This record gives sequence, structure tokens and C-alpha cells, in this order.
Amino acid sequence: MKSEQILKAMRERDPRGIARAISLIEENDPMADEILLSLDDSLIDQAMVLGITGPPGAGKSTLTDRVIAHYRSRGKRVGVIAVDPSSPISGGAILGDRVRMMGHALDKDVVVRSMATRGRLGGLCAAAGSTMRILAGSGCSVIIIETVGVGQSEMDIIRIADITALVLAPGLGDDIQAMKAGLLEVADILIVNKADCPGAETLALDMESIAREGGGSEKNAPRVCMTVASEGTGIDDLVAAIEAVDASHRESGERRTRREKAYDLEVLEWVLELVKPSLVEKINTWNHDRKGAPRLQAAKLLAQDCLKMSE
Amino acid sequence: MPEQKKTYRVLIGKPGLDGHDRGAKFLARALRDAGFEVVYTGIRRTPEEIAAAAVQEDVSAVGLSLLSGAHLSLFPAVVQALRNAGAGDIPVLGGGIIPDEDIALLKDAGISEVYTPGTPVDKIIAAFRSACETQESRRT
Repeated sequence: MKSEQILKAMRERDPRGIARAISLIEENDPMADEILLSLDDSLIDQAMVLGITGPPGAGKSTLTDRVIAHYRSRGKRVGVIAVDPSSPISGGAILGDRVRMMGHALDKDVVVRSMATRGRLGGLCAAAGSTMRILAGSGCSVIIIETVGVGQSEMDIIRIADITALVLAPGLGDDIQAMKAGLLEVADILIVNKADCPGAETLALDMESIAREGGGSEKNAPRVCMTVASEGTGIDDLVAAIEAVDASHRESGERRTRREKAYDLEVLEWVLELVKPSLVEKINTWNHDRKGAPRLQAAKLLAQDCLKMSE
Repeated sequence: MPEQKKTYRVLIGKPGLDGHDRGAKFLARALRDAGFEVVYTGIRRTPEEIAAAAVQEDVSAVGLSLLSGAHLSLFPAVVQALRNAGAGDIPVLGGGIIPDEDIALLKDAGISEVYTPGTPVDKIIAAFRSACETQESRRT
């Protein structure tokens, strides 16, 4: 497809055109810039971007499926970006989040795109931000980004989403885990999923205390929601909490600040990505003794590199 | 930057009511290990669901697995569903318990390759790679 064809197809919300556009972004095609610049900014501004993150098996995909159903019942067009990890060995990936969302497969107003991390370590893929914009630009007013199953510190989603929900489930660790620094501190909403399983009440109490002791004002404290995603329990309350956070972020200007920072961080990530190969090449050919503080060695390597550049 | 090898996206799915997904999962993993990104759609899908997913995911090829004996109706139905979705150009490969005499019928119906038990997995991976390359070259 030529770029005019793709742009036209995107405007007409043709599923194939949208899908092609996302692929071109993911492949860093020269057409990417033209596609992104052609999008309707007001649609992107209005869309709500919800990040869903959490450890593997907590129920992120099932929960996403339920949230999609909720918004569809209200007539909203929903976009979903579901990220799964790439193999560090082969570069391949199994993208399996869609299995839980196939109930929406024939709904033209649910646009699901599975993506692989392709080497990124923050829980998302490099193209997530641009894909989100394409989905918004093609009329999705709610966009859900589901991260890979994360540990404690994969923070990319916090930057890109307007609202981040961390999904937890009972049985994955004691309250010491909950005391550790990381995602728990920065999520807007804490979801205790599988709330019908033993240990859910205790987990919810731990989360409540984290929310209260977070140091932020009452208004900024994360909200705790309990759900049983497989049965659809607690979804209405969860959506209400999401929308309350969204409303308060819009009012306080937090949303605009996050979006601006997100774009700049995306650019910065790309700077690092573009610089890396030449540094890798350099260190592979660098004649150095492997001793002492690695940080100092790094500074030396960079200094050499800068000297070379200024020559 | 060094020239990156192209990563192909493919879909592996099981149409119809057959729940025996060992072959589909085995192939999905084998393709992953060969560097493909594999969208796995799970068991008991309708041809229309598989076609819609293939379009949204912009895959370069679709692989179907069926062990129930319904391949003569379900494989061509997926090809037709893709055509109806404006994606008749996406190649469809099939595999499973398929009698030799059915293979020609399936190929006539638009299935580009058909594999039966005992086929070396490398042969199937090579077929997916070649299908993806052809599909990509058509696009540019």
C-alpha cells in the first residue's frame, strides 16, 4: 500500500489500513513520520490511555477483556495494545494475550494489536507510543495498553499511560514484597484480582496501607479495587475509579504534563537506541584492562568517543 | 545502525470445535524459536474470527491446524473469510490429520501448503518463511 492509500484507509477506519500503519511504525519505515503527522491531534488529546501492568498470571488480559466489554456497552470504540516478550535468543515471540479477548474479534470497534518487546526492557515495545496515537487517531476514545508480565521496576507504562493500574493477585508474596520500592509507589490504581481466592483480603489491606502511607495527599493516593476478572466482578467499580483518576488528572493538568514528558522520554529512548550500536562496536574493539570501577571505564570510553566526534 | 533482519509476523489458529492443540502449540513454539512473532489465537475459533485477527495483526501468513477431519470445510472457509475481509492475499498454510487425497482439493481451494504428521519441522518453518517473503515483496 502507498502512503496516500494507507492514510485514506486509516481515516475510513479500515482495519487493514490501521494495521498496516502500525506495522510501518514498528518497522521504522520512512512513511512513519508522514502517518503520525497526518493524525487528528484533537482525537489524540481526548483519548484516555489506560495502562494495565502486573506480574505474569495476575489476570491482566482477562481484566482487559472485561474493561473492553464495559466500554463497548457504553458505545465507545476501544483500542488495545497487548505486549508480550521477545525471545532474547531467537528474537521471536508468542503473542498470546489475544486468546483472552477473542470474544471481541468480530467487533469492528475493538482494535487489538499484539506487539513484541523487540529488545526493550521496560515492559513495553518501542512503538507503543506511536501505536497508541494511531489508535486514537483512528477513532478509539479508550486505549488500553497491557504490558508484559512485569517484576517490580518496569516503568515504561507509567510514562506512556494517562492512568496506570497495577494488577496483583493473592499468593505471589508476603507483605515485605509490598513494602519494596517500585511500581507500587507510582501506580494510580491498585487492583487485587482473583479476589475470591484465599489471601485476597490480606493483600487488599496491605495495599490499602501502602496507599495511605504513600506520603502523597489523600487525593493523589492510589485507589484499591478488588476484582474477579474471570467472572466480571468488580469491573464497574474499577472503571469508576479509573474515570475518577482521569477526571482529576485532567483538571489538575497532570495529564498534560505526563503526555509531554512521555513524548520527550520516547525521543530520549531513541537517542540511546541510536547511539548504542556504535558504542557496542567500540567496546568490542577497545583495548582495556578489565579492572577497577566500571563507571570510570565508561567515562573514559565516552570521552574517547567525544574526542573522535569533535575531530 | 546495522541492518536488522526482518521479523515476520504470523498467526497460528485452530478453527472449529477440535480442541487438540498440541500440534498448533508445538508449531507456534518452533516458529518463535526460528525468530517469528507468532500471534496465537487458541482453540475453537470461527473462520471469521481468525480472519479478523489476521487483518488486525497484519500478519504475513496464517497457519491452521486441524485434527478432527473437518479440514475440507474449515480450511477453505478461512480462505473465504480472509477474502471477505479484503485480505485474500494473505497466504494460508494448513496441517493436521489430512488424507493424501484431500491435499489437492485443499490446494485448489486456496490453501498454499498442506502438511501431515511426520513432516520435519524445518520444512514447515521454511515454508512459512517463504510465504512471508512472497507476501512482503508483494507489499512493497
